[in-house]
Amino acid sequence: MEKFTTHTGRAVPLRRSNVDTDQIIPAHWLKKVTRSGFEDGLFEAWRRDESFILNRPERQGATVLVAGPEFGTGSSREHAVWALQNYGFHAVISSRFADIFRGNSLKNGLLTVVLPQETVERIWALTEADPTAPVTVDLEAREVRAEGITAPFELDDNLRWRLLNGLDDISITLRNEADIAAFEASRPAFKPRTLPAA
Amino acid sequence: MGRTLAEKVWDDHVVRRAEGEPDLLFIDLHLLHEVTSPQAFDGLRLAGRTVRRTDLTIATEDHNTPTLDIDKPIADPVSRVQLETLRKNAAEFGVRIHSLGDIEQGVVHVVGPQLGLTQPGTTVVCGDSHTSTHGAFGALAFGIGTSQVEHVLATQTLPLAPFRTMAITVEGELPEGVTAKDLILAIITRIGTGGGQGYVLEYRGSAIRGLSMEARMTICNMSIEAGARAGMIAPDETTFAYLKGRPHAPQGEDWDAAVEYWRTLGTDEDAVFDHEIFIDAAELTPFVTWGTNPGQGAPLGASVPDPASFADPQERIAAENALAYMGLEAGTPLREVAVDAVFVGSCTNGRIEDLRAAADLLRGRRIADGVRMLVVPGSVRVALQAVEEGLDKVFTAAGAEWRHAGCSMCLGMNPDQLAPGERCASTSNRNFEGRQGKGGRTHLVSPQVAAATAVLGRLAAPADLASSAAVEV
Repeated sequence: MEKFTTHTGRAVPLRRSNVDTDQIIPAHWLKKVTRSGFEDGLFEAWRRDESFILNRPERQGATVLVAGPEFGTGSSREHAVWALQNYGFHAVISSRFADIFRGNSLKNGLLTVVLPQETVERIWALTEADPTAPVTVDLEAREVRAEGITAPFELDDNLRWRLLNGLDDISITLRNEADIAAFEASRPAFKPRTLPAA
Repeated sequence: MGRTLAEKVWDDHVVRRAEGEPDLLFIDLHLLHEVTSPQAFDGLRLAGRTVRRTDLTIATEDHNTPTLDIDKPIADPVSRVQLETLRKNAAEFGVRIHSLGDIEQGVVHVVGPQLGLTQPGTTVVCGDSHTSTHGAFGALAFGIGTSQVEHVLATQTLPLAPFRTMAITVEGELPEGVTAKDLILAIITRIGTGGGQGYVLEYRGSAIRGLSMEARMTICNMSIEAGARAGMIAPDETTFAYLKGRPHAPQGEDWDAAVEYWRTLGTDEDAVFDHEIFIDAAELTPFVTWGTNPGQGAPLGASVPDPASFADPQERIAAENALAYMGLEAGTPLREVAVDAVFVGSCTNGRIEDLRAAADLLRGRRIADGVRMLVVPGSVRVALQAVEEGLDKVFTAAGAEWRHAGCSMCLGMNPDQLAPGERCASTSNRNFEGRQGKGGRTHLVSPQVAAATAVLGRLAAPADLASSAAVEV
């Protein structure tokens, strides 16, 4: 996983709630068998509208997405996270994220930051008035900073540690091999198996 | 203090618990399909890892598969590559697979239960959000992303953040013509698409206990549409009767031991939920969605709402956007909304009881001129059962298309899609913009409402058919 420590970039204020995974990356893109090459699929339907915020010249190169509540609702497709990253986003700010999307984002080093809707509105106002306004997402300090705004955010210590160090979850789990083997040995015989016993 | 069903299943799967770390949970059953697994297998290869428990893993093909011409090579080369990738990965890593053409092939959430692999008190995961379906058996079942798919393949475990519990108690009897689908749509509209966030929902009460396993699966299936981590129903005699004799159900002494364990799983009387909701089943009516998220729903007898009626500014904007996308005007009675297409199928409503319910209403009737209706069984087994009962002939006689098993028109990933602007009454689970095809407009409905809608050409309840003459065919 990519490390995340702190990131500063311009923002895209996306004033929509319930931005679902089918908008982030439509299903026909999910036929790809790689983790890259999804940037053109990001918000594909909305980007057909020239006035869509992502199409505006002043938003080119922006790296922090600031969206309405229930961002990432819907499917478990990790492709939604890859599409945002492939396009160039490093962080997404919203007052509420869907659980699976949030989990997927943090496993890929895309920092999803939960801030109160009131703070989201202030960042929207700031970055709509000044598209060049930098927004900093600082994981070490657990803080979002922009002109006139300093907003602390919460993130579980363990998740933060994994993100700051870019650690591979599987390697961490495999350190507990003895625990896994012990658990396996204690499972009841009636538990289902997909294959005949070897 | 007593524990809830969800807490009991969780506790029974903790491999490791340590201060400051998420619990590491053992996974009893890992279901795979072609869309969310290729990058996970790539990850295993890159790290030189194997699948730890092939005997707890099973794959099927569903999202990309066509529902016509299944004996021919898949026309879309990209879909073909994805299916071939799954087949290669399954062969390389020793994973059991049910490919297109196999008698056990079908939508992953239909296949697991029908094989008897989904059992009470198990942990079930799949790279698909509708894994919540399996909670109908009292399993803790949830959708995961591809990184987690790789993690489960490699370790058969997952580190998981703790959850909160919510009881959704439904007392009474569902009125005639009102189904599990209407109930879950009404629940989602009540609590919203984020209302279940962080929670495992437990559906309980006399109305839930009175439901068949298939109806329970419909309810648990859409828990994710309320944003929940999972949805569960306590196992009971209905659950045991459904499981007994299935290919992977325990047998002999194992069956007795399993049932004895399963009976201990129900929520203790003195357990406390973090949140509770009560619903009177008798007050429910057929329910449909009018918007572009599953929380934007209303009773069929209502009208398209006025966005101005929403107090919350975000909801108001969302409603305005939804009406614009859906091509609907505030105040239009939902019964006057005409449709172009009807879809019966999916992991929500593609089981035999769903097909029977739709067929019962279509028997002796014709679908309206200009309406295209697709009936897609959730699995090959469901298709065979339907044919045995003559349901396929009922559908085709009514003017509907009878297709092969798969996810079909639930999501725009295979050839079954809406054209831009087309409006569809669909028994699937998501009405997101473009979900059923670019520019398509989706109204989520029950199989009964779907069938009545197909006949009348506009959103309709089964009761509306009684007042319209049945045309003999």
